[in-house]
Amino acid sequence: MSWSGGPDDIFLSTSLASYLDKKILVLLRDGRKLMGLLRSFDQFANAVLEGACERVIVGDLYCDIPLGLYIIRGENVVLIGELDLEREELPPHMTCVSAAEIKRAQKAERDASDLKGSMRKRMEFLDMD
Amino acid sequence: QLFFSYFKDLVGREVTVELKNDLAIRGTLHSVDQYLNIKLENTRVVDQDKYPHMLSVRNCFIRGSVVRYVQLPPEGVDVELLHDATRREARGG
Repeated sequence: MSWSGGPDDIFLSTSLASYLDKKILVLLRDGRKLMGLLRSFDQFANAVLEGACERVIVGDLYCDIPLGLYIIRGENVVLIGELDLEREELPPHMTCVSAAEIKRAQKAERDASDLKGSMRKRMEFLDMD
Repeated sequence: QLFFSYFKDLVGREVTVELKNDLAIRGTLHSVDQYLNIKLENTRVVDQDKYPHMLSVRNCFIRGSVVRYVQLPPEGVDVELLHDATRREARGG
């Protein structure tokens, strides 16, 4: 990472270096949540995640889908959070399910919101201004 | 450069960062950079129930490009100072 500040900024760098080799959560612009060990990064917030997995959450169900070694392009990054290993990652009422089951749940959620969307469109059509 | 300097002076204060994806995070401003990327410490999410995956996140890095608002405590803002700095910057620019 290039040095962009003056001598006063010596402790004030927004560097991802403090997260290196730690387990992190990356939120992406498309809503995906990736987790893994941060191995590398650059000034664009591009990142290399080792042992990455995607945590899919639908309601109270969740599933971790293993992905392996990932390079994330920084423009898609919303947030990088340091996961505190002392704390529970998820609320206790949530249930871990299989990949097949979470995909079914995702489809059900998509169908429900598509239905909601199409009904709304029908109502808008009836609105005569 | 003006807001970069301004945020540098706010380091250590409690702020709430609202992102473009509607997620709002409260925390202590740890650091900021030229892209207005923000590092927060001691974070807690507003409306935690909606974002269960953030439960164990206590520190985070937020990319400047995804920030919608940074909410500051009103006592923390010297509007006159900001106003003067802006006028000076506008004159020089």
